[in-house]
Amino acid sequence: MKRVFTQLKRSFAITKKNIRIYYSKGPVIIFGLLLPFFLFLAYIVGRSMSIKELLPGLISMTAFFTATSVGPSIMPWETRSRTLERLLCCPISVWAILLGDMISSFIFGLAISIIPLISTLILGVDILNFSVLLVGLILAAFCFSALSVLLSAYPPSDIPATAMMLSTLVKFPLIFISGVFVPIRQMPVWGKIIASFSPLTYFTDMTRHLILNCGYYPLLLDFVMIPIFTVIFLIASVRVHEKTLTKRISLMG
Amino acid sequence: MDVAIDVRGLTKRYGDVLAVDHISFRVRGGEVFGFLGPNGAGKTTTIRMLIGILKPDEGSAIVNGFDIVEDPLSVREHIGVVPEVSNAYVDLSAWENLMFIGELYGIPKSERVERATRLLKDFGLYNARDRIVKGFSKGMKQRLLICMALISDPDIIFLDEPTSGLDVESRMIVWDRIREENANGKTIFLSTHNMDEAQRLCHRIAIINHGRIAAVDTPEGLRAQSMELQCVEVTFNMPVDLKDFMSGGEVSKILVSGRKVKIYTADPSSAIEFVVDYAKKRGLRILSLNTLLPSLEEVFLKLVRQHRGETV
Repeated sequence: MKRVFTQLKRSFAITKKNIRIYYSKGPVIIFGLLLPFFLFLAYIVGRSMSIKELLPGLISMTAFFTATSVGPSIMPWETRSRTLERLLCCPISVWAILLGDMISSFIFGLAISIIPLISTLILGVDILNFSVLLVGLILAAFCFSALSVLLSAYPPSDIPATAMMLSTLVKFPLIFISGVFVPIRQMPVWGKIIASFSPLTYFTDMTRHLILNCGYYPLLLDFVMIPIFTVIFLIASVRVHEKTLTKRISLMG
Repeated sequence: MDVAIDVRGLTKRYGDVLAVDHISFRVRGGEVFGFLGPNGAGKTTTIRMLIGILKPDEGSAIVNGFDIVEDPLSVREHIGVVPEVSNAYVDLSAWENLMFIGELYGIPKSERVERATRLLKDFGLYNARDRIVKGFSKGMKQRLLICMALISDPDIIFLDEPTSGLDVESRMIVWDRIREENANGKTIFLSTHNMDEAQRLCHRIAIINHGRIAAVDTPEGLRAQSMELQCVEVTFNMPVDLKDFMSGGEVSKILVSGRKVKIYTADPSSAIEFVVDYAKKRGLRILSLNTLLPSLEEVFLKLVRQHRGETV
């Protein structure tokens, strides 16, 4: 138990380092901020929707893109800059390194996503339960950051842009099948089945519940599914990263 | 501690390639142990296994009392490593790099600050401590990497080609520090292909080639193993002819260059007798006569070639 606690403390050292180094990297700004911003602009231009109707999509998309923007770039960057081996030489386990990466991705996601959430208060948008939505956002940001670290596991590339593009290949389809643009209720049956496999679906549904009072799944289910996805992503990340580590080390020479 | 590193049948394969092939050796506590081999011999793979970041396919090793497979974290708690292909974080300053690594070792902040200050001063980096590492020279980066390896005050220090590509001044700083750490009781595992470095620093040397250990001995012992590489070097007052020396005893090789002759032999005294007799008969004067032990480089080449099955 003491060892786990020690490793957790060391995860925070990794987080601090990541915040200092990776938040200002080009791919993080492009894929985490600019891309979702323009995507959202494309979504709202020419549509006559009220701010309240736009908010579930905006909050979901912001949380998803920002929380998944840091994670995929860290491991390839560490491999490329040859700092990964230096890191692995220290008494820190792979899961603790990955947890540190997830937390830094989570903080980035939460810090940006909180802006549209706070703007609901400023604009006087009526939300059923603000604190519940905040808890949901925290859970979702952690879930998406776990997904982001999983996305960097395979293939074990040392080119950050490649990892970011590959992760975008996964992220874009998820945006379209998760009820961000088209509510789950309006999807065909096959669409609803596919949507149920996306963690973003449950967060989008949660925001629709709490802002528009018109969710598809029970709210409790949304709150249960997001942690389940988080655990799956966490376990898968550690397993796949541990397996690909030898290959990653060999990329360094 | 009697045995700092105990390696038994360690093996690593990359697909069909056998990178490290059932190697076994022991490193005594408090010694500087050289790990010498050509590029691609398996040095870095061996170190990566010993520090617990690569799992061996076969065999085991105990480092500082901890099994590298069962308890790699405990192994890494007690060692400092300068990896061959590694870098400090170039977006951070030297100070931030040291603080970060110190945190990963769980060193309390006050101690981290004290150790980092001392190390940066020792390695001549203190005035550059707040500079981003991106602007550092290769020598400065390498010195910083060594500081990062020493911040935890480890019992065993693994250095993988620590002076490769360094300028003379940086190399001397590193060598002095290795001697100093060793004098303070630290065990040093030094991987290198620099013979001079191995000769100057190491108490014992293992020679590895194609993933297998070719020899483990002291530098003197290794040289003594290759007595046929001893050389009698004689300078006459006049040029001599190579064919005059072809009849001399147990000679493995002769090199004649004008007035200077080098006779490689396992029996230097017979060679000297032959040379003196030759000089008398020809009325030549001997200007200088030396018996040279084989250099570590010659021994290394001999062992590596023998290992490849080539004629020495």
